[in-house]
Amino acid sequence: MVQLPFKYLFINNEWHESCRGGKIPVYNPATGKLLCEVEEADNEDVDKAVRSARAAFEMGSLWRSMDASDRGQLLTRLADLVERDRLLLATLEALDSGKVFLMAYFVDLMATIKTLRYYGGWADKIHGKTIPVDGEYFTYTRHEPIGVCGQIIPWNFPVMMFAWKIAPALCCGNTVVIKPAEQTPLSALHMAALIKEAGFPPGVVNVVPGYGQTAGCAISHHMDIDKVAFTGSTAVGKLIQKAAGDSNLKRVTLELGGKNPNIVFADCDLEYAVEQAHSGLFFNQGQCCLAGSRVFVEEPIYKEFVRRSVEKAKSKVLGNPLLPGVDQGPQIDQKQFDKIMELIESGKREGATLECGGAVWGHPGLFIQPTVFSNVTDDMRIAKEEIFGPVQQIMCFRSVHEVIQRANTTHYGLAAGVFTSDIDKALTVSSALQAGMVWVNCYNAMSAQCPFGGFKMSGNGRELGEYALQEYTEVKAVTIKISQKNS
Amino acid sequence: GRDSALFRLNRLPARHFSAAAIPAPNTQPDVHYNKLFINNQWHDAVSGKTFPTINPATGEVICQVAEADEADVEKAVKAARDAFRLGSPWRRMDASHRGLLLNRLANAIERDAAYLAELETLDNGKPYAVSYTVDIPNVVKCLRYYAGWADKWEGKTIPIDGDYFCYTRHEPIGVCGQIIPWNFPLLMQAWKLGPALATGNTVVMKVAEQTPLTALYVASLIKEVGFPEGVVNILPGMGPSAGAAIARHMDVDKVAFTGSTEVGHLIQQASGSSNLKKVTLELGGKSPNIILSDDAVEQSHFALFFNQGQCCCAGSRTFVQADIYDEFVERSVERAKRRVVGNPFDLKTEQGPQVDQEQFNKILGYVSSGKREGAKLMCGGGVAADRGYFIQPTVFGDVQDNMTIAREEIFGPVMQIFKFKTVEEVLTRANDTKYGLAAAVFTKDIDKANYVSSGLRAGTVWINCYDVFGAQAPFGGYKASGTGRELGEYGLDNYTEVKTVTIKVPQKNS
Repeated sequence: MVQLPFKYLFINNEWHESCRGGKIPVYNPATGKLLCEVEEADNEDVDKAVRSARAAFEMGSLWRSMDASDRGQLLTRLADLVERDRLLLATLEALDSGKVFLMAYFVDLMATIKTLRYYGGWADKIHGKTIPVDGEYFTYTRHEPIGVCGQIIPWNFPVMMFAWKIAPALCCGNTVVIKPAEQTPLSALHMAALIKEAGFPPGVVNVVPGYGQTAGCAISHHMDIDKVAFTGSTAVGKLIQKAAGDSNLKRVTLELGGKNPNIVFADCDLEYAVEQAHSGLFFNQGQCCLAGSRVFVEEPIYKEFVRRSVEKAKSKVLGNPLLPGVDQGPQIDQKQFDKIMELIESGKREGATLECGGAVWGHPGLFIQPTVFSNVTDDMRIAKEEIFGPVQQIMCFRSVHEVIQRANTTHYGLAAGVFTSDIDKALTVSSALQAGMVWVNCYNAMSAQCPFGGFKMSGNGRELGEYALQEYTEVKAVTIKISQKNS
Repeated sequence: GRDSALFRLNRLPARHFSAAAIPAPNTQPDVHYNKLFINNQWHDAVSGKTFPTINPATGEVICQVAEADEADVEKAVKAARDAFRLGSPWRRMDASHRGLLLNRLANAIERDAAYLAELETLDNGKPYAVSYTVDIPNVVKCLRYYAGWADKWEGKTIPIDGDYFCYTRHEPIGVCGQIIPWNFPLLMQAWKLGPALATGNTVVMKVAEQTPLTALYVASLIKEVGFPEGVVNILPGMGPSAGAAIARHMDVDKVAFTGSTEVGHLIQQASGSSNLKKVTLELGGKSPNIILSDDAVEQSHFALFFNQGQCCCAGSRTFVQADIYDEFVERSVERAKRRVVGNPFDLKTEQGPQVDQEQFNKILGYVSSGKREGAKLMCGGGVAADRGYFIQPTVFGDVQDNMTIAREEIFGPVMQIFKFKTVEEVLTRANDTKYGLAAAVFTKDIDKANYVSSGLRAGTVWINCYDVFGAQAPFGGYKASGTGRELGEYGLDNYTEVKTVTIKVPQKNS
C-alpha cells in the first residue's frame, strides 16, 4: 500500500495545521473510497502563507540575494527529486485523480520533470537591455521578479499544473503561494516536501490546499499578493479578474476552458486523423482544456470518419486506472459526472445522433462510457459548451471558408487542429484560426519549450516557453545621468 | 590561498566550498588516458608518434601522449562529419536531450572534481587549491549554463512584405575545429564545448601539448554520459602540425582558437587559403588597470599575478593616479614580496611554476629588457627555485609607455606600474595598444566610472573589481585581441548558421 504522509499545509518550509481546524476529505474517484483527509486552508492560513512569502521576498533575503544560476540549480535539483520519486508520484496521482497510471507515469510525470529542467535552464538567462536613449544618459532595464505570486491550479493534471506554475515563477525569482485543487491535493503536498529537500529557502513556496470559494477567493482578493495565475473554468476566471480589479490590481494570467475545433480535410491520412482526433478528445477522460471537442470533418470522408471513430470509442477499456491495459478511468467527482451526463442528455434531446455510449459504465465509481455524437449542429449545447468528459462531437463541413467561420464562432480560443496534406490549406487555416495553439497533422503535441495559452475567453497570457517569463517579470528602467554620452 | 578567496570566477555559497573543505590532494594522480579520442574510441596516432607531457614544478616527464598529426585530424574530421549527417542520432536528438547530456557531463566532472584538480595541477602547475575551488567549479557552471540554452535558442517568424510565411531556423554550423591553450586547460575546454554542443555541432578539438591530460579524461566522461560517437573528438598534438591541419581543412566548417595573437593571424590566413571556414579568435592582451581610488592594491595584485600571470586578460599595465602613486607602488611591492611561491600541491601556495621552459625563458627575457630599458625593478626579477619553472613575483615601477614591457604581452608574474595625471590622458594611453581584451577602473565616482568604461576600447571592462567572470557574461576582444564573443547568449551566435525559410502562401494575414 502506498504511503500518504503529507497531509498538512506547507508554509515556510514547515507543516502546519489549519487555523480553523478544517479538513478536506480526499477520495479515490475509481472506488469512491476516502483516501485520507488533509488540512484545509482558509483565510487565516492564506494570510500566514502570504506573510511567509513576503518575508522570503524582502531585499537582502537569501532568495533575493541568491545567484540566478543557483535558483536554476534548485529547480534542476527538484527535477532530479521528482525523477527519483516518479513511481510514487504517478501512483499518488492515479489514486487521487483517477487518471490511468501509465499515463500519469509517462505523460504527466515526464512533463513535470521536463518543465522543471527547462525553467532551471532559464534562470540565469533572463536578460534586461542597455538602451540608446536620447540625451546624456546611460539607460538599462532590470528584469525583476514581480513579488508574491498566488497560483490556483486545477484537478485535471495536478502535479503537472503544479510544475507549470511554480517553475517560471521561481525561475524569475518570485515567491509563491499555491492552492492545489481540493479534489487533488496529494501530489502537490509531496512536491512541497521535495521543495524543502531540494533546498529552497523557507517561504519561497507555500502550498495551501483549500476550496475555491474560501482559500482561492482569499488569494485573488489579497492586498499583498502581487500577481495571481489561475487555471480552471472560464466562469471562475471571470471572478478572479474581478477580484483583482476590486482589490489591489494584481497582475492576472488565466488559462481557462476551450471548445476546440479539430478540422479534418478529405486529403488527410484518414486512419491517422481518426486516431489523433480520438486521443485528442478522450485523453484524460476528456478532462482537458485542450480537448478537440468539435471535430469538423469534410463531407467526402464524413461517414467513414464517423464509422471509424465509433469503432475506436467502442474499443476503449474502462476500469481500475492502476491496471495496465486500462484506457479510461473515472471522471473526477460527482459534480463533473452529473454535468457530463446532463450534456449528454441534451445532445440526445436536441437531435444529435448518438453513435455509441451515452450512459454510465456499469461499475461503482464515476465512469462514463466513451460517447460519440454525429450530425451535431453548431447551435446544440454539446457544440457550444465545454463538456470536459468522454463525449466526442463530429460535425460535417464543405468548404475551407465555411469551416474557418464555424471554428472561430465561439467565445473560446485555446487550441485547434488541422489535418491535411496540402501545404496551402495548412498555412491558410492555421493562420486564420483564433486559437493560441494550432496543431497541423497532430494533436496535443506539447512541450515545455512551446508557449501555451488562449485567445478570447480561453484566457490571457502564455505559459511554457520563453514567453512565460514575461508573466513573472516586472521591468524596471534605470536611467543614469552621465557627463558625456558616447555610442 | 588568497587568490581563491578573491577570485570572482567562483562565488559558490559558503556551504559548498571553504578553505577547510579542500580535500588533501593525491600528488601523484594516475593517468588513465593518453591517446587520441576519436569516435568515442581511443586511438594511437597513425604515425605511432608520442610526445612527453611535463610536470612544470619539477621539469620531469609525467608520461607519453599520442601525438596527432594531419592523418589523425583527417580521421577525426571524418568521424565528426559522419556524426553530423542528416538523420544521424545527434541531428535527430531533441534539443532538450542535448542539454541533458551536457548536464550529465557537468555532474560527472563534479563527481570527479578532486581527481581532475590533481591532474590539472600536475600538468599545468597551478596551485591545487585554485584548481579545486576555481577551475573545476567554473567548468561545471559553464557546462550547466550551456545545457540550459540547448532548447531555448530560438529562431523567429518574420513579417516580410508579400504573401509569404517567413521564418528562421537556428542551425548548427557543422564540424567545428577548436584549438585550446594550456593556461586553463579544463576551463577552456568547457568554454568551447558548451556552446558548440548546445547548438548541435560536432567537434574536433586540439588540446595544448603542454596540458593534454585533463581534457582526455573529460573525453572518457563524454563517452560515459552518452554523447553519440563522433560528436566530440579530442586530439593532443602540436600547433604547426595538428592545429594547422585543422585550420586549413577543407571539411571543417568553423575554427575557434584561443591562444597568442601571433598564431591567431595564422589561423585567419589558413581559413582564407582553404574553405573560408568561419573564424573566432580569443587572443592576447595588454590590459590596462586604471587606479583612481586608494583601496585597489590587493585587487591589482590579483589582476596581474593570478594563474602565475598566465591570463590573456591580466591587468599588465597598472596606471595609478599621481596623487596616490607612491603609496600604491610601495604597497604593491610589499604584497608581491609576500606572495607565496612553491609546490602547487601545498595548499598555502599562491603561485606555482610557469607552464614550460619556453615561457620561462621568454618571461625572464622580458625582465631583462625592462631593466635594460630603464624601468625601475622594485622586487623579484629572478628565478625562484632550483628546479621547475618558478619565477619570483616581479614589480617594475616608473614604466614608460614605449618600453617593451609596456607594449608586449609577458604572460608571467611581472607587474608594470605607470603614473598618470588626468582621466583624459590615461584613457588615451590605455587605448594606445593593438590589443583590446579587458580593462578595469577603480573609482568611487559614478561619473568617472561611466565615462572611463564607455571610453575604453576593450571587450570586458571591470569597475571596482577584476577578473570577474560568469558563464552568463560575454567575453572577447576588440582589435587584435580577437573576433567574436565567448560565453553568455552571445556565445551561441558563433556556433549557429541562420537559415531563412520563405514559403509562398495564398493570402497573408497579420
